[in-house]
Amino acid sequence: MEQLRTIGRELAMGSQGGWGQSKEFLDLVKSIGEARSKAEEDRIISRELDHLKRRLADPDVPRRKMKELLLRLVYAEMLGHDASFGHIHAVKMTHDESLPLKRTGYLAVSLFLDERHDLVILVVNTIQKDLRSDNYLVVCAALTAACRLIGEEAIPAVLPQVVELLAHPKEAVRKKAVMALHRFYQRSPSSVSHLVSNFRKRLCDNDPGVMGATLCPLYDLILEDPNSYKDLVVSFVNILKQVAERRLPTSYDYHQMPAPFIQIKLLKILAVLGSGDKQASGNMYMVLGDIFRKGDTASNIGNAILYECICCISSIFPNAKMLDAAAETTSKFLKSDSHNLKYMGIDALGRLIKINPDIAEEHQLAVIDCLEDPDDTLKRKTFELLYKMTKSTNVEVIVDRMIEYMINITDHHYKTEIASRCVELAEQFAPSNQWFIQTMNKVFEHAGDLVNIRVAHNLMRLIAEGFGEEDEGADSQLRSSAVDSYLRIVGEPKLPSSFLQIICWVLGEYGTADGKYSASYIIGKLYDVAEAHPTDDTVRAYAISAILKIFAFEIALGRKIDMLPECQSLIDELSASHSTDLQQRAYELQALLGLDKQAVENVMPADASCEDIEIDRNLSFLNGYVQQAFENGAAPYIPESERSGVVSVGNYKAQDQQETSAHALRFKAYELPPAASQASISPTTDLVPVPEPSYYKEDHQMSRSQPSGDSLSGEFGLKLRLDGVQKKWGRPAYSSSSTPSSSTSSQQATNGGVSSEVGGSTSSQARESTYGSKRQQATEVSAEKQRLAASLFGKADRKAQAGRKTAKESSSTEKVATANATPQPAKEQVIPSAPPPDLLDLGEPVSSSPPLADPFTQLEGLLGPASASPVVSETPASSTSKTPDLISIFSDDVQTGVTSGSTEPSLGVNVVAAKKGPSLQDALQKDAAARQVGVTPTGNNPILFKDLLG
Amino acid sequence: MIQAVMVMSTQGKPRLLKFYSYQPPEKHQDLVRGVFQLLSARPDSVSNFVKVDAIFGPGAKLVYKHLATLYFVFVFDSSENELAVLDLVQVFVETLDRCFKNVCELDIVFNFNKLHTILDEMILGGQVIETSSEQIMRSVEEIARLEKQSNTTSLIPKSISERFSR
Repeated sequence: MEQLRTIGRELAMGSQGGWGQSKEFLDLVKSIGEARSKAEEDRIISRELDHLKRRLADPDVPRRKMKELLLRLVYAEMLGHDASFGHIHAVKMTHDESLPLKRTGYLAVSLFLDERHDLVILVVNTIQKDLRSDNYLVVCAALTAACRLIGEEAIPAVLPQVVELLAHPKEAVRKKAVMALHRFYQRSPSSVSHLVSNFRKRLCDNDPGVMGATLCPLYDLILEDPNSYKDLVVSFVNILKQVAERRLPTSYDYHQMPAPFIQIKLLKILAVLGSGDKQASGNMYMVLGDIFRKGDTASNIGNAILYECICCISSIFPNAKMLDAAAETTSKFLKSDSHNLKYMGIDALGRLIKINPDIAEEHQLAVIDCLEDPDDTLKRKTFELLYKMTKSTNVEVIVDRMIEYMINITDHHYKTEIASRCVELAEQFAPSNQWFIQTMNKVFEHAGDLVNIRVAHNLMRLIAEGFGEEDEGADSQLRSSAVDSYLRIVGEPKLPSSFLQIICWVLGEYGTADGKYSASYIIGKLYDVAEAHPTDDTVRAYAISAILKIFAFEIALGRKIDMLPECQSLIDELSASHSTDLQQRAYELQALLGLDKQAVENVMPADASCEDIEIDRNLSFLNGYVQQAFENGAAPYIPESERSGVVSVGNYKAQDQQETSAHALRFKAYELPPAASQASISPTTDLVPVPEPSYYKEDHQMSRSQPSGDSLSGEFGLKLRLDGVQKKWGRPAYSSSSTPSSSTSSQQATNGGVSSEVGGSTSSQARESTYGSKRQQATEVSAEKQRLAASLFGKADRKAQAGRKTAKESSSTEKVATANATPQPAKEQVIPSAPPPDLLDLGEPVSSSPPLADPFTQLEGLLGPASASPVVSETPASSTSKTPDLISIFSDDVQTGVTSGSTEPSLGVNVVAAKKGPSLQDALQKDAAARQVGVTPTGNNPILFKDLLG
Repeated sequence: MIQAVMVMSTQGKPRLLKFYSYQPPEKHQDLVRGVFQLLSARPDSVSNFVKVDAIFGPGAKLVYKHLATLYFVFVFDSSENELAVLDLVQVFVETLDRCFKNVCELDIVFNFNKLHTILDEMILGGQVIETSSEQIMRSVEEIARLEKQSNTTSLIPKSISERFSR
């Protein structure tokens, strides 16, 4: 308010003279500034608009006044008021021959209209005329408007003139003509494609401004098709060199940097041209090195150039020296106090780790700092970085962090994004199904309505199918733990609908499976769900179907359960529901309750959600019925295509009759049209006495009700499409072990966190003895960050481990307790054992691993004679220092077996390494070969391979 | 590509709006409001970059500068370098300063058409065409001079001049 008043005061001063605007406009601005409410402001402006409407239509207004009126109109529209009545006046003003009026007209038109507006057709003509004008300012104004207003159809009308203007003596005009042509190219590439060579010509323009502007269209063109512009690499490098050597006029200097914006654009172009092209990249190294050397980290723009250099280097064919320089600059960014630079540093780091994951290691603490920074932008950028560097070794820490962050954000858009990222990472890298389910529960609990429903189906599928190849015991344990957690959660208010659907489905399928909970308890819970969500039909449908399943299982087991009175009233209520789906489910439930044990077993077999349902498309079970009809003299079925009009009319009539007679409860489906028409040709037979009633009915009902329970979940359909999912979680290490006991022990060896969750009690004793010894260490506050860092960057950390071991040895277990801040009680199992990667990374547990089992020595053996130099050498094929990232690269493909084997130098390693040995060796050999050819296998850049290795 | 340039007061009032990718006029106020809410919630001494894909669509980023009572906001997509755009904002502000001699909010309110002229010299169709503030000033002054020259005719009422031109 105070500020508004000062504005008012200054306005009063302004009105005495100064800004070259009329008193009226000043008054308008002043009164708007002093308005106390939005309503008051709206009143002022609508009064102003009325006034403008009158004045603009008044033929006696002087033309200079017209300009001002139009500007006031633009102002009103900027404040969000409809000024469409004035658009036509703006168009008219572009016809005016006086320059200020014409320019104002063009300004207003390009602010008011877009290419699809009806009035644009009137402007195109003027633009066409003005492009031929002698006055270069008129031409400029017309070009500016053309950029905004010329749509695809109008391009041919102005194109010849624009091309002519590319050779205009004034550089301002040439510049704008280039941009207009570029704009046309963006709108409709085909209509301008023959003129693209003009851009190349303009690159040699005498004026640096025109040259700089030409880089914009060239950048776009090169992005689309880099190969046709490879010949320009040398020219671009030359230009960049000249710019960097200050050969341009000093007017292009900005904060003592020579033409920085041109440099940046050139670097962007070179990054595209050099990507995966060794020869082209070779031309660039020198100038890039120069720029790095001259780099000025004191000014903002200097850093902008350096950042662009890093982007360029990370995109072109890698060069060790350049990468070193880039890494050094990145670390300067990260160490800077400026948030902007930290942001750029994180971004640069994300680019560099694609080439060499080791770089991240050095900056782990800086990254953690950014993660905890109050600046939201920086935080999000850091999460992006973590997302890029997620591996199976650090997925738990990263996803936990993400979820923790996700819970606290309110921005729906971003919440959706981060939730889907959590899901993606969890699906890709989940160390265990148990962890996956717990993670998904958290995601659903906090962002259930924001994630794709497909994810919910996936989760149900996982619970239903379990481990696939593994034993039943683990499956049922997984299920009962899911049931446990859901029973705990289900009472909470405000659960998202999709999460409730999962809960209902799982409770229905497996609620009573392990005998821990009584049927009536589960039914009571399900009833509560249905009661608590009277408006959500989908949830209610899931709940009632789940109740149906529980009843069915109980009847099949021969147990008798009493219908709770409130449950009965729910069924009654649903039987009269407006939703036919709910009605059908309620009736089905009632019908099922009346069936005997054997029938129920057939209708609702226990735990059959994964069975495929065979659909008898030929309806062979109807044969007897049809035969009987024939014997009774019915006409045979004629396919619709062969029927004449008369017959079909008769048929419809017959169908009508039949429908009236078949009003009772119908289990017969309409789904398969042949059945309906087949029945319809025998109007004399009534439908009710079917030859083999009970089994026929049962079959039918089964095939009907089973999918109806699941089809809603889409599972039936999904099953067909999502075959690859299990592989995604793929954990060859586990599935390779055949018996449950051996699986737990090998799991423990490979990854402690998993075994405790899956193997549960079996492994707990062993765990105690392994970890019990190191639980007594004191926690240091400062060490916490290091621990987090270590678990994030675990793998790379190992390399430098020797030096740090002593410092960090103290507290490896507590780390996870902080990182894994999960509300689930299952956590208690997890905590002592969960610290997956860092255990070995930091301090080795006393009891574990003799040093000779260290996988790295084994790897060295595979590689043959190895240099121990820790620097990235230029002949990388023989350097051991590369081995860690080799593994991480290939572990993306070979995945867990190798990774866990290499990270956990404990008992199981020999077995695993032996088993996986050949493939590792293969991988390393392949990599060495690739390096000799000159390729760094990043895994993230498959094009690189394609180009160079064919 | 630069998608939009906005100048708004710290009260959330738009002072200049220019969209390089079409946005329907009725959406303008929502965009201004969205951006303003975002910016006003940010404390000082944090970075000048914000991701705005919720407001401007996927990949959109925003660089802002808070000067006196104004926010200068440039919205752009992934093809621009954030730090460079930050300096572009600086170029814009420096040019304004040269143009108005110690620019203040009032200059901008009253001369938004001049701001448009300056911006048109810097950015065309979403691409940066000129980054030298000296060069921009020269063009703008030239335009002002030529406009003044042709100003003499404009005192005649519209109806009369139309009759002449027929």
